[in-house]
Amino acid sequence: MALDDMPEAAEAGTTEIDAIVIGSGPVGLFAVFELGLVDIKSLVIDILGKPGGQCSELYPEKPIYDIPALPTVTGQELTDRLMEQIKPFGAKFVFGERVDELVRGEDGRFHIKTDAGRAVIAKVVVIAAGGGSFTPKRPPLEGIEVYEGKSVHYAVRRMEDLRGKDVLVVGGGDSALDWTLNLAPLAKSLTLLHRRDEFRGAPHSVEQMRALVAEGRVRLIIGQMTKLDGTDGELEAVTVKTAAGEEKLPINAMLPFFGLTMKLGPVAHWGLNLNENLILVDTERFETSEKGIFAIGDINWYPGKLKLILSGFHEAALMAQGAHKIVHPDKKLLFQYTTSSSSLQKKLGVK
Amino acid sequence: MVKLTYIQPDGTSQTVEAEPGVTVMEAAKLNDIAGIEAECGGACACATCHVYVDPAWVEKTGKPADIEEDMLDFAFDVRPESRLSCQIKVTPELDGLTVRVPAKQF
Repeated sequence: MALDDMPEAAEAGTTEIDAIVIGSGPVGLFAVFELGLVDIKSLVIDILGKPGGQCSELYPEKPIYDIPALPTVTGQELTDRLMEQIKPFGAKFVFGERVDELVRGEDGRFHIKTDAGRAVIAKVVVIAAGGGSFTPKRPPLEGIEVYEGKSVHYAVRRMEDLRGKDVLVVGGGDSALDWTLNLAPLAKSLTLLHRRDEFRGAPHSVEQMRALVAEGRVRLIIGQMTKLDGTDGELEAVTVKTAAGEEKLPINAMLPFFGLTMKLGPVAHWGLNLNENLILVDTERFETSEKGIFAIGDINWYPGKLKLILSGFHEAALMAQGAHKIVHPDKKLLFQYTTSSSSLQKKLGVK
Repeated sequence: MVKLTYIQPDGTSQTVEAEPGVTVMEAAKLNDIAGIEAECGGACACATCHVYVDPAWVEKTGKPADIEEDMLDFAFDVRPESRLSCQIKVTPELDGLTVRVPAKQF
């Protein structure tokens, strides 16, 4: 999903910008603010479909108690307030895309490419990717890797590929229910497997699913997977354990929906110095081993590092000072306060 | 202090002392118990601190709340005695509690 003025990746051409911020968690969002104050325009890219990162994905309703001056704030409120705070800087947002490639071009700028094929060129890159990219959880079944992409799918790219197949959908949330409803008409058979006879998905979808089960068009099994069988990545059977015992189901396509987990992902291959899956930075500019690439928030490491949102905010402010030297090498940076500086207030749209 | 025992899938066990008020997950992390990942840090948002409560203790630890039951959908090999250890608070009544760490967290 691309918001506002960002075109779909397919027709996007190459976008040029001052700074690419990877990750739209609280620290990535506040980076837009700090960069904006020093006249650096940002483009934010996030793998999820909305801003907030872990705050909105993992704990939107949970209170956070250690944000200065906000005795209690939920993950979602914090995200909403940051989005409001950074609005004056007109950052561009790209959601639902993962940054796969990052290389320095001959012109010294950074060329990035997303998994959707979008190309962006920027003078600096700010990695604020938290715990890494959110990726679908892989059921810990022996040998599942060989089936992935062939007969085990964590997302449906083309429904037609599943026509005429014996499909097994696993899970109890909206993804599992939606795909059960969508695929039932074109699959040869559709089985929905969930560990309990209660579903987290939208009540309306649950009703529709139950109706299909009553009509005999979907088979609902309450149980859990224990084993996969097949050859050359093509699934032939899935063994499930139910209250009645084990059953081996003839299946040639499986869609497991067990939520998301965080993996470092492509960041690991960008040639940056790492320390146990975290990016090493200095504590003056929070720059990585590569000049012009900064890392802030949970994804970085330095002696004394604390994975706190407030530490990430501090890191964003110092990072922006470092980024300014690269983006505007000829401009002298005057240290100013938003309270008293009319130029900063103008940028913030204060009237 | 309250004694808690964690049994690994290979049968080895570790008994630790925990302060009442911490969670069974926190006590595990403080004592470097293998197999308790707690990716979300105890927000009941990830199911990577899944444990099996010893049947003798199931009554004392109680049943999972709805939100925990929902989150257990994301765990692997869920059983009737499954709990998320971040949702079990250590109390003096739980002195001697035994939990088993599953073979795999998601």
